[in-house]
Amino acid sequence: MIDQGTLENTLAAATARGGEFAEIFVEDRQSSGALLDDNRIEELSSGRSRGAGIRVIVGESTGFAHTADLTERGLLQAATAAADAARDGNGGVRTVDLSSQHVDSPSPVQVMPETVAKQRKVELLELANDAARQVGDSIAQVSVGYGDVRRRIQIANSDGLLTGDDQVKTRFSVSCVALGDTGMQTGRESIGHTMGFELFDQYDVTDLAVKAANRAITKLGARPAPSGAVTTVIGKGGGGVLFHEACGHGLEADHVAKQATVFAGRVGELVASPLVTVIDDGTMPHEWGAYAIDDEGKPAQRNVLIEDGILLDFMWDELRARAEGRPSSGNGRRQSYKYLPMVRMTNTYIANGETDPEDIIADTDSGIYVAQLGGGQVNTVSGDFVFGMTEAYLIENGEITEPIREGNLIGNGPEVLTSIDALGNDFEMGAPGTCGKDGQGVPVGDGTPTLRVPALTVGGTAA
Amino acid sequence: MLDELLELGDRIVGRAKEGEQLEAIVVNDRETEVRVFEGDVESFTSATSQGIGIRVINNQRQGFAWAGTLDPDVIDSTLAEARDNATFGSVDPDLKLAEPDGVPMAELDLYDQAVADFPTDDKIALALELEKMTKAGDPRVVLVESADFADSISEAAVVTTSGIRIGGRDAGSYVTSTVIAGGDDETQIGFGYAVGRNPRELDLVKASEMAVERSTRLLGAVKPDTGRITVVLDPMVTAQFIGIIGATLSGEAVLKGRSLFADRLGETVGSELLTLVDDPTNPNAFTAGEADGEGLATRRNVLIEDGRLNKFVHNSYTARRLGTESTGNAVRGFTSTPGVGTIALSLAPGTREQAELIADIEDGVLIQGVSGLHSGVNPVSGDFSTGADGLRIRNGELAEPLREFTIGSTLQRMLLDIIEVGGDLDWLPSSAAGLSLVVGDVTVSGA
Repeated sequence: MIDQGTLENTLAAATARGGEFAEIFVEDRQSSGALLDDNRIEELSSGRSRGAGIRVIVGESTGFAHTADLTERGLLQAATAAADAARDGNGGVRTVDLSSQHVDSPSPVQVMPETVAKQRKVELLELANDAARQVGDSIAQVSVGYGDVRRRIQIANSDGLLTGDDQVKTRFSVSCVALGDTGMQTGRESIGHTMGFELFDQYDVTDLAVKAANRAITKLGARPAPSGAVTTVIGKGGGGVLFHEACGHGLEADHVAKQATVFAGRVGELVASPLVTVIDDGTMPHEWGAYAIDDEGKPAQRNVLIEDGILLDFMWDELRARAEGRPSSGNGRRQSYKYLPMVRMTNTYIANGETDPEDIIADTDSGIYVAQLGGGQVNTVSGDFVFGMTEAYLIENGEITEPIREGNLIGNGPEVLTSIDALGNDFEMGAPGTCGKDGQGVPVGDGTPTLRVPALTVGGTAA
Repeated sequence: MLDELLELGDRIVGRAKEGEQLEAIVVNDRETEVRVFEGDVESFTSATSQGIGIRVINNQRQGFAWAGTLDPDVIDSTLAEARDNATFGSVDPDLKLAEPDGVPMAELDLYDQAVADFPTDDKIALALELEKMTKAGDPRVVLVESADFADSISEAAVVTTSGIRIGGRDAGSYVTSTVIAGGDDETQIGFGYAVGRNPRELDLVKASEMAVERSTRLLGAVKPDTGRITVVLDPMVTAQFIGIIGATLSGEAVLKGRSLFADRLGETVGSELLTLVDDPTNPNAFTAGEADGEGLATRRNVLIEDGRLNKFVHNSYTARRLGTESTGNAVRGFTSTPGVGTIALSLAPGTREQAELIADIEDGVLIQGVSGLHSGVNPVSGDFSTGADGLRIRNGELAEPLREFTIGSTLQRMLLDIIEVGGDLDWLPSSAAGLSLVVGDVTVSGA
């Protein structure tokens, strides 16, 4: 993308006014999307964005500037702006010799989406739309979306690192509205992987559509969710968002550094049920949060955060790792070249247990079974988190019975982690997610086997 | 710079072929953000975001493409891509660009040169001062997690083959402070802000006091019992709540059968105390603007009047499909075609302050904050369930703090269950204004 000489000159300009560390992050992002809604192909869109973000670190201060102008002149201007922003009196000329490093992608691409005819993408939308509408007359509306993105990045820094990555992601989603006597209900299904158009060799979009439609129809007959503390069985797959919220954010080193998490200072302690092993793994092939290198050029890693209930380590980016004199864990990510990197999760999951999931349900006298979760949110300082259930049922006498309406579940991260009392052997990754933190969204994956929490508070309306 | 954006728009639209409709949106945003931590600058970001979006309508089909640069070299490739995309769209006779509708633009003074002229050192000094004030605000403040100053100058132009050629610019600044307060074996977090067009007028005292109060008053919070109760929504919560109501009143949701109020125009949907207005022409609104995303004049729209559903919001497309006029509510950036949405919502305020509202409540909960709104509220079905924290109201006074509970109802019921609207209207840094709102019969789920 940018030649080595220009990168070296830019880094020299970035450190001309001092500073321990300078970095240039170059990004070229191409995206395309197609949307079918209300029985029409509403829109195909294409986007292109290219630019570079430059940061200079002086002591505890970071200066940052970005530019869409990738000429040497544009880069030097941004480098000077970043250096001015960081401001250190101790200027000096510093030269940087870059040496190129290559990391193999865990997610090789077979079919670049840009090489696929747009007509083929349109056909997939129509297939899914037809399939969803055929599920039943109560399906009143269907929206189908396709999207792909190719993100090429290049990173050079004053440590001499020069590296890059080519990240391709493809996704597809179906949203249905069902209309019945009790009003409207919605059902959604989505798939997304760090791969090319071969995604559709692995998944049948009509299956996806039928699932989304059935979910909406099922909920038409749902009764109000109970209120108060209930035993909650979380289904395999998307239930991983529970851990993303309950402990993932609290294990990010930037929160730890500011003591803004309940897990600060607790490495080596038992923080979860001994059944629980939590892993964040950026190397999982083709998962939504996978990459070869993070947005600071560090190779993705498999990081065991909690093992058999004991807190082993936090997740680190370069800035926090440097301050602690330790290596980054490959978790420095940013939404685009316009943002500073932060500690972020990749694919966060709870490792498989040993119990047959059917036994877990059979062993539950009364409670709820949550088959699909929506998004969530956590207050890392108190540990209180919420997440939405988008498909859930009552459990009565060890059996899954009636569907219940949507609502939030709320709990306290440390309490929930320690109270998990059953873990299934049916591990699966869930749907692609976008994690938001401090105004930046990045793609993440979640996964879990079936598990049980003895008491979560359900925010229903049934008294 | 605005002239350059308009000229770039002219150049794009000038490429239109016979019978082809073209729309160009051209955007240039500049922003800075200073974050301080423990007396030092933690980060300083200066950023410029630029881009063009091109929409093509040809033979009743629509296509779109965008590029994140103002470099004239990308016009050709972006236009070619948009044209190619248009060949795959469904034929739709209602696809047309907006046309000038004679509604005059409000003359708002949304640009303040003071933002552009404000020196970097003063920005840093403001953030440092805010951190210092916040830290000194209460002995229980353990840490000011962040104190930020941010400003932005936004310029945008829309030019079309249908006779629209408008540009606008605005500037604004705000400060935020996030506080961690500590007590016996627990910590709580709180957030405060102040917003203004001129950075010299930012109310640091308000921002710091808000952050300190919101964190310290939650210390010692317990989980409430489950039951049905009257709640008072704090202004920040009300703003989020009416934002969701606004989403259900989008013409697009109505058109596509996704609005729970679709068939209810003219009917009573809420308490007679409820009047909901979307008015981007109010210069006090953080999101005020003279033109919408299609280049039509924004206007004051009364959506719900005395509890009666009066109007949905539309862009030109949803209006055409439903046989009405655009309400000037096209919303978009340069990376998308115009959607539909409310822009600057507010409730018609009552007369009493929050303390007076609380004084009338024997048993209730003040909801200070909510979480998980995006996951727990379904604007199609109306199901409403969200995590919350706040304070118990007992015999007309604030009592013990509460945490780790949810409040649940349906959007339909909550509108009908409004008991009183506060007089404490506050324009937040968001697309909706806040005030205290009393809602009855809400399910609180806790222990």
